[in-house]
Amino acid sequence: MPEHTFRLNGEQVTVDVADDVRVLWVLRDLLGVTGPKYGCGINVCKACTSHINGKAFNPCSVSVGDIAAEDEITTIEGLPDTVDAELHPMQQAWLDQDVAQCGYCQPGQIMAAVALVRRAAAGGRQITEADLDSIRNICRCGTYFRIREAIKAGAEKM
Amino acid sequence: MTTADRSSPPDSRPSESHAVGRRGFLGYVLAAPTLVAAADLNLRAPAAEAQGLPPVPSPAIAEITDLSDMLEYSAAPTANLITVTVNTDGTVSFELPRAEVGQGITTSTAMMIAEEMDVPVEDVHVTLADARPELVFNQITGGSGTTLSTYTPIRVAAAVARGRLLQAAAVELEQAVATLRLKQGVITDLLGNSIGIGELAAKAASVRTEEVPVQLKANENFSVIGTPHNRVDALTAVTGRKKFAMDLKIPGALPTMVCRPPTLNGKVGSVRNTDAVATMPGVTDVVAISTGVAVRAETFGQCIDAVRALEVDWKPGTAEGKSDASVLDELRAAEIPLVAPKGETSVEGDFTFFFRSNSALETNCAIADVRRDRAEIWSAQKNPIVTKETIAAEYGIPLNAVKVHVTEGGGSFGRKLFNDGAMEAAEISRKIGKPVKLMWHRADDSRQGRTHPMATSRVRVGVAGDSVLSYEQRHTSVFTDFSHGFGEIITASAAKLPVADASFSQTIFTYTQTMPYGFGATTQLLNETDRGFNTGSMRNIYSPDVTTARELIVDQLAATMGEDPYRFRQRFLQEERLKAVLDEVAEVGRWGRSMPENTAQGIAVHTEYRAAIATLVEIDCTPETVNRPIRDAVAGPRVTKVVCAVDIGLAVNPRGLEAQMMGGINDGIANALTSSLHLTDGYFLEASWDNYFYTRQWNSPPELEIIIMPPTTGKPGGAGELGVASAQAAVACAYARATGSVPTSFPINHGTLSFEPKPNVPPIPESPTDGLRHAQ
Repeated sequence: MPEHTFRLNGEQVTVDVADDVRVLWVLRDLLGVTGPKYGCGINVCKACTSHINGKAFNPCSVSVGDIAAEDEITTIEGLPDTVDAELHPMQQAWLDQDVAQCGYCQPGQIMAAVALVRRAAAGGRQITEADLDSIRNICRCGTYFRIREAIKAGAEKM
Repeated sequence: MTTADRSSPPDSRPSESHAVGRRGFLGYVLAAPTLVAAADLNLRAPAAEAQGLPPVPSPAIAEITDLSDMLEYSAAPTANLITVTVNTDGTVSFELPRAEVGQGITTSTAMMIAEEMDVPVEDVHVTLADARPELVFNQITGGSGTTLSTYTPIRVAAAVARGRLLQAAAVELEQAVATLRLKQGVITDLLGNSIGIGELAAKAASVRTEEVPVQLKANENFSVIGTPHNRVDALTAVTGRKKFAMDLKIPGALPTMVCRPPTLNGKVGSVRNTDAVATMPGVTDVVAISTGVAVRAETFGQCIDAVRALEVDWKPGTAEGKSDASVLDELRAAEIPLVAPKGETSVEGDFTFFFRSNSALETNCAIADVRRDRAEIWSAQKNPIVTKETIAAEYGIPLNAVKVHVTEGGGSFGRKLFNDGAMEAAEISRKIGKPVKLMWHRADDSRQGRTHPMATSRVRVGVAGDSVLSYEQRHTSVFTDFSHGFGEIITASAAKLPVADASFSQTIFTYTQTMPYGFGATTQLLNETDRGFNTGSMRNIYSPDVTTARELIVDQLAATMGEDPYRFRQRFLQEERLKAVLDEVAEVGRWGRSMPENTAQGIAVHTEYRAAIATLVEIDCTPETVNRPIRDAVAGPRVTKVVCAVDIGLAVNPRGLEAQMMGGINDGIANALTSSLHLTDGYFLEASWDNYFYTRQWNSPPELEIIIMPPTTGKPGGAGELGVASAQAAVACAYARATGSVPTSFPINHGTLSFEPKPNVPPIPESPTDGLRHAQ
């Protein structure tokens, strides 16, 4: 079985698994990192959204063989460490707005939100309503309005 | 505002005034090493029994099944008790016999206990109880009934605990109980001496079980109930630490999926390549089961590959050859005729509501370890007693050797009333003799999972001048499956019998459908047809569709009489609470304000669960909005603003109630505009969230205001499903006013197939590998 090594939430990890197993299952089934959730397996629902080298990606749609040793994958579990705090400002905004209902999609929502704010900031601008409309992460509980409010508040603190 | 008098020892209780008498109840202190206070879960305030929850089955239904198991478990005097435990660290524990699936009941329950005990909400730890057959009907989570049914018993148990703690403190501090003050988990006497409830936990314990009379706190003294509180599980949710069934590590429970038939409920004929698939990487087991062919592997990714590789000959399903059009024909044939003559003086409408999926974001799933002599299940379930009893009966395992753990659920919307995932996991585990972690693929959940039944609703209203003489509504639906029963196997079994199930549906319809308007002679009748579909409730059962049909007709009645839709409703509504919420949304939402062409407001009301709700929406149907480009999506009309006013009698947690309304509103928008399943050749085409168009950010209202009305009845009503009906109806009414054309089928986009259907063989799509290209 091929060996795969990469950085996960600040640590180098190694797994023995076939090249074509998608990263979501490497994280969840082999490494026990369960923050990223399964919702579709085809990069549609975005419940598994995590970061690779700081960008949002969906591990359900990436083969582990395509991850390089120096790639840094950050899941919701590793997000606070990226700002050296107990909680990332976006997580705090989520708490302040009491966003989560069932909570299943929320790790993905938060990871998507952080990347969205970073992209806007890289473009030298604030988050717009159009940006918020572009988020594809599904929340079947329908807490969309609080997600929008939390992203605006979290962006202020990032 | 906490004084000790209401929990003083019985002999020193003040004499009961009328008001106090209504707050007097009996609870228990149980024999235990630390303080355990209890109440009977069947205990309810007398007024709470008048309406609301679905009825328990009649003796006639109960007679047809074996009562002995139920009697054995419910016979013990303390069988129905729920218990509040005070721990030596000062925390309070409570096992809630309900399912938390996002509706916020662990938070509201912690608030109720904190209120009654005068301890911080953060110190109350609410977990979900395993299946407890002795609770009989009282471990079902549904019908927006949790708080309705637990509000009094939970507070009684908490009040018993508080009283015992004060008595123990009185001994410790050598002071009279009446002089003590309990606040934030600390008891203080007049001299300033204090003692924490943790220190008293053992001292307040009882060596024998005793009955204890208590007085509940008066509403005017509430400081927690009625005050917005954030969710108790919010931190675990935002850090990824919240554990759902598939996140649990159960030794040996490897990922498992099922290769499902191409048509609805098809059966396995033969499997052509079992051996080849069994040797695929990671695969440990391949076995045919009643619903398909199960595969177990090291990872779910390998399960997906194995499912896709299976070559199976299938037998027909239960909807073979059927389509939306053929089911509509069946419904038409089953419609009960309208009685009033049709004529110039009648206003009428005929509406169709297509199948909708109640799939949650967490798909059907369960961990099961079923052996010859024992079984253990972990799954989010709203009906765990049925699961436990069915597994015991099905596999001949003693009931007490079947453990069913209720995990936190990633949404339900009606789906988890059924135990489809748990029963399938149990079957697989039993067949292969190993633990399994079963997960449905999204395509499975959408195509083979349960649906809201397709329905038609015909309405005819007799009019004379500015009076309404009669209102007839004939709702005709594909059969709604109530075989989840109402909490335990006796009702579940009874509901599977054709006759009993029909009466269940009729009863539920009659109990839930009320007519808020004074429209003269009113009849609302249900008829159902076709048992070939996997149906169930979907965040409400009949109300959203019945209400949408009615409210569209109400707008037409107003137009016929030349009246404003709001003023017309105001004139005909019967209940003051409904009039109040209607006035509220009209005022806050600036009803009747001037709006641009192709945009409009809509307004609608609904009453259920001892609650009243009104919703006002604004919709944008301008071509530039309707045709805005969004990849793999239905853009369509945009609901730009929603104002909702809700009166549930007493909101335990206004912030949680607001969240429930928000969710209900987005469901209503989806039902009216975008969400449906398309039935073709015996199967549903939708296999993805980009096929099934639940409300997404680009469809959700950017402006939203939810007004929680001040307490009216002083008791909580139901909230979980409440928000959907009036939102769906208001969107439909707004759409009709914006476009000048009354929609007659829902969702309005159903006639356009907005996606390329995925193949149904193999039943699930391959996971893409191009994810890195889309990293952003």
